[in-house]
Amino acid sequence: MSQFNQMSPDSRPTAWHGWKQFFRKSIGGETGFLGFCLRWAVLMLFAVYFVIPLIWLFLAPSKSAPDLLEQNPLAFGSFQRIGDAWQRIMEFQDGEVLLWAFNSIQYAIWALVLSLATCIPAGYILAVARFPGRRPLLWATLIAMLLPSSAMVLPLFMELNLVHLINTKWAVILPSAFFPFGAYLTYIYYSSSLPPELLDAARVDGCSEVQLFRHIALPLATPLLGLLAFINFIMNWNNFFGPYVLLNNDKLFNLPVGLQQFVSATSAIRPGFNPSPGVYVGYQQAEAALFGLIMVVPVAIVFLFAQRYVVGGAFTGSIKG
Amino acid sequence: MTEKRTSLPRLPLTNKPRIPGFSRWRRYFSAYRFALPYTLVMLAFGLGPGLYALLLSFADFSTGLPRYFAAGFSNYLAVFKDYRFNFAFGNIAKFLMISVPLGIAMVVILAILLQMRPGRLTTALRTLFFIAGAVTGPVLVLVAIFMLDPSISPFQALLKGMGFELLNDVIYAGSLPVLFTMIGFFSGAGMWIAIQYGALEAIPTELLEAATIDGCNAWQKVLHIKLPLIRPYIIYQFILIFAGNVQLFVEPQILGGNANVGVGANVPMVWSPNQLAYNFAFEMGNFGAASALSLLMLVIGLGAAYTIIRWTGFFNIEN
Repeated sequence: MSQFNQMSPDSRPTAWHGWKQFFRKSIGGETGFLGFCLRWAVLMLFAVYFVIPLIWLFLAPSKSAPDLLEQNPLAFGSFQRIGDAWQRIMEFQDGEVLLWAFNSIQYAIWALVLSLATCIPAGYILAVARFPGRRPLLWATLIAMLLPSSAMVLPLFMELNLVHLINTKWAVILPSAFFPFGAYLTYIYYSSSLPPELLDAARVDGCSEVQLFRHIALPLATPLLGLLAFINFIMNWNNFFGPYVLLNNDKLFNLPVGLQQFVSATSAIRPGFNPSPGVYVGYQQAEAALFGLIMVVPVAIVFLFAQRYVVGGAFTGSIKG
Repeated sequence: MTEKRTSLPRLPLTNKPRIPGFSRWRRYFSAYRFALPYTLVMLAFGLGPGLYALLLSFADFSTGLPRYFAAGFSNYLAVFKDYRFNFAFGNIAKFLMISVPLGIAMVVILAILLQMRPGRLTTALRTLFFIAGAVTGPVLVLVAIFMLDPSISPFQALLKGMGFELLNDVIYAGSLPVLFTMIGFFSGAGMWIAIQYGALEAIPTELLEAATIDGCNAWQKVLHIKLPLIRPYIIYQFILIFAGNVQLFVEPQILGGNANVGVGANVPMVWSPNQLAYNFAFEMGNFGAASALSLLMLVIGLGAAYTIIRWTGFFNIEN
């Protein structure tokens, strides 16, 4: 109708009309002008809330403590200062940060290997076979998956203490082999994407159960492996409460516990204050921020790829609090 | 229907191949082989710690070594009677009352606003909210400290406008529930926004088109169609956020506990129930009381998990 009006001789399509059309489309719409403003005001407010701390974290390593006080909080300092901050971090306890990073990677890889080795066969068999005990196993998997991991830390400490594993790297690695969310996702995956006829056909051809798994089920699991690896990596890389309780020896720390140690043993957070005895002095916020970035950046990169899984619904159930 | 059906004449079954019990069990055995490693780690690191904590909660640690079943319910009594018990649960209750409704409302509002008219900018915003989730644990607390420090914060105009001059003006006992809510929201909201966004995307377009034809405007569609349809996801988020937030430990521990990073002089050593359990175990050496309290926290988590499975219908055990 509006097009028809425009074409009528009284009102020629002018630039003004074009703009009006554009505004009606982008601003008005179903929400109305007020709705449009309100919607974007709220979205932008939260954008500020989420983006400013991130930008600040990226800029802070480039500034000295006086710079942070005097300069605009969102100004860039100098690359020189980033190098200095790195130097100071490396000086802390003879470059122990590298050891912590190595431990973090080591724990994450162990967790990945062990948890996939246990949860993929289990998820597969839960999907394709019916056997006594299947239902309790599924229930236990679901409950363990929805249980916040921090609820288990102290009981886990008691148990590992009993078998004298506290303060060994196995105290962190072994419990991470239990990955109920992985078992559940595998179960859902095979339930929906592995037709039983396929397995029956292979059985008729003389495949054993182990061969079925190795030659049919596993090759089908490639897309699943990516998702499981993502989740597993994020969970273990960020694990703080577990290692914090289970480890005492700073040679075994991962990056999160190392950062806590770094910040509490240096003057990094309050550079201007009189340090208590035994505190490493001369450290500034830049060092703490750079240390934080070392932890955050790998996860942020993984997150960029993982978001589509969440929106697609594959993640439901992975979040704990 | 009432007439009794005569059974068919019994045929001699001897010729019919019968599945022998043995072969059935062989099939089961083959299934158990696949499930065994997982079941073992589940028993060792899922069930085992829980049962052992149960055992320890009745053990007496007064000599340093556990004497099993010697304590009766005295560990539980010690927990309930501890002067910090009500304090810690009061704190967590305040935190839950603020963080759960506010977190859910904000997440749902943002997801709806983003999904209402998707475009390049809204996708970028969604990604931004999501990426913030990469900042967790100690880094998150660190960033929070910087953001709340009026002398260096990029929000310093706002903080100073509210009359804060020092970090300790901002971080004090009364402000902690709000601060923990803001911190948790920064890190956790993106994931939930993405989940609720996915739920909104799954609403059939025909339904929304029909509503448009019937004269619904955008806000009416949100109120009468979208919200009711994503209700299961909201319940799911409610229970998981509740169960997760009850377990709060890292933030108060780094700000005020013995992992004190040199700030938060106004933060008590023990603020949350999980900190109290930690304190029982590692400051007081009373592992019996620590076990009793962590079992209590475990039961809350288990109850929440059970509720989700039973009530939301998300997790179909029989496919």
